[in-house]
Amino acid sequence: MIAEPLINSAGTITTQTLEISIGPQHPSTHGVFRMDVVLDGEIVRALKPVVGYLHRNHEQLAEKMAWLGSMPYTDRLDYFNSMSNNWAYALAVEKLAGIKVPARAEYIRVIMAELSRLQNHASAIGFLLQDCGAWGTPLLYAFKEREKILDFFETVSGSRMMCNYFRFGGVRVDLAEAMLAMARKIVAEFPKFLDEFEKLMTTNEVVLARCQRVGILPKELAIAGSISGPVARASGVEYDIRKVDKYGIYDRLEFGVPVGEVGDVYDRYYIRVLEMREAVKILQQVLRDIPAGPVQAVEVKLRGFKLPAGDGYGRIEGPKGELGFYLVSEGGPKPYRYHIRPPSFINLTVLEDMCLGHKVADAIIILGSIDIVLGEVDR
Amino acid sequence: MIPTSEQLCEAIRVAVPGAVIEIVPSTPAAAQPALLVDCEHAVAVARYLKDEPTCRLDFCSCVTGVDYLAKSFIEVVYHLYSVALKHGPVVLKVRAPRELDQCRVPSLTPVWRGCEFQEREAYDLYGVKFAGHPDLRRILMWNEFADHPMRKDYVPPADYEWEPTPHDEVLKRTKAAGGIMPPSAAATEVKK
Repeated sequence: MIAEPLINSAGTITTQTLEISIGPQHPSTHGVFRMDVVLDGEIVRALKPVVGYLHRNHEQLAEKMAWLGSMPYTDRLDYFNSMSNNWAYALAVEKLAGIKVPARAEYIRVIMAELSRLQNHASAIGFLLQDCGAWGTPLLYAFKEREKILDFFETVSGSRMMCNYFRFGGVRVDLAEAMLAMARKIVAEFPKFLDEFEKLMTTNEVVLARCQRVGILPKELAIAGSISGPVARASGVEYDIRKVDKYGIYDRLEFGVPVGEVGDVYDRYYIRVLEMREAVKILQQVLRDIPAGPVQAVEVKLRGFKLPAGDGYGRIEGPKGELGFYLVSEGGPKPYRYHIRPPSFINLTVLEDMCLGHKVADAIIILGSIDIVLGEVDR
Repeated sequence: MIPTSEQLCEAIRVAVPGAVIEIVPSTPAAAQPALLVDCEHAVAVARYLKDEPTCRLDFCSCVTGVDYLAKSFIEVVYHLYSVALKHGPVVLKVRAPRELDQCRVPSLTPVWRGCEFQEREAYDLYGVKFAGHPDLRRILMWNEFADHPMRKDYVPPADYEWEPTPHDEVLKRTKAAGGIMPPSAAATEVKK
């Protein structure tokens, strides 16, 4: 067999494309996730995300359970942010039923959601920098901080990650004064961690070289592709559901919505740092103003809970993006349809567009910068 | 301010001649009435909602398949928001018969790119074929899987639970359905 000439008539080297699977078992895919890539040398020419390895038909499980029964299962969606998942589900049910939540419970919900955001973003950028090759150091700095927040969650709900803390019309248990003091201490210390982390990373030459101008997501594509959360905002989409829907008590709180300019990996890193600073501001306000009172709406009977027939969609600004629940009720004790709008799943839509033309090592950090959790992608 | 669903209906009837539109109420508290559109005009209606300056629904947030077994149709629900004007949701619904060979609706992925994965999910779990979808494949189940597991009349295969030490109920059900018995089952029966 005669081999093709190495140098073709145009004077360049003849190359072949190579198809490989990155994952499903690969440390940089953040779980069991696969990317089928076509490589030309080191350059990505095509990329297809393959998901479903963790699929357990969560939605069908929920259709076979009482309304409240799927609350603990929502913890297992995005297992970094069980508190936010709880809130999204509770909010959707409350929207369908028209339940009013007592003021103290609303404040507690904001405390939990924003602490979730802090620990999620801290670990997300820790993982991102680990993908860049900063082996361990930034991640462990982030995890040290995350640990304090998980300790707080454990004190409040009895579990570090699977909190199952929210209820329709409130939260499960009240916060004691000592717990509030614990939260205040975490919030007071957090900016110190951010300053230190930024000194280490934000202007780091290697981080700049690896992350800037890599994986640019144009604003138009971000909107058309239904991209939400920090990924969309890094591309300049000024859209935050906390501001737009004003759910809970977010209309009473002062905070900014940081927006990126370029939409590259670096912007997606830095937007999370800025969002953590805003979350600290929110937490300072709610921990200062939290009123006394009940934490559960008394008129809601959780045992034998029923919803009026009909459908409805409720959503929150989760740490990873828009987390929504579309529920259909037939008036019975179980949901007829229970659908989750998972932000990390939908944010993967544009992964190929972001990776084309980049090196395979960049595809890894582009994936890292989206911040996916497979529990939520696969459901 | 976003037009009410009645106003939207009127406007669409003028802009898309021939479109059959009906308003479907949600729960009273949620107050998210939906526009039920016929399949033939769904894409034109979607484009109108996206481009019309008072709506500008540029963000298709959520796509859901729902199987209404008793009413014998499958519904696909689109939740639309506007990032430009910061309003929403407008809920768009299309319906298709449940029979697999007729379960076909037009894909809205050409209008909103963000529908791509979610329509694949509805196809995978409900068997809805989206005409005009650029890449309609299974997404959560594996390619060789034959059925659509979220349909209300889905029956799981009897031998799906291969456990290292299958327990009584699983074995009984498997045997009753004539499913494939695990090799360890014979040993378990002898012990009893």
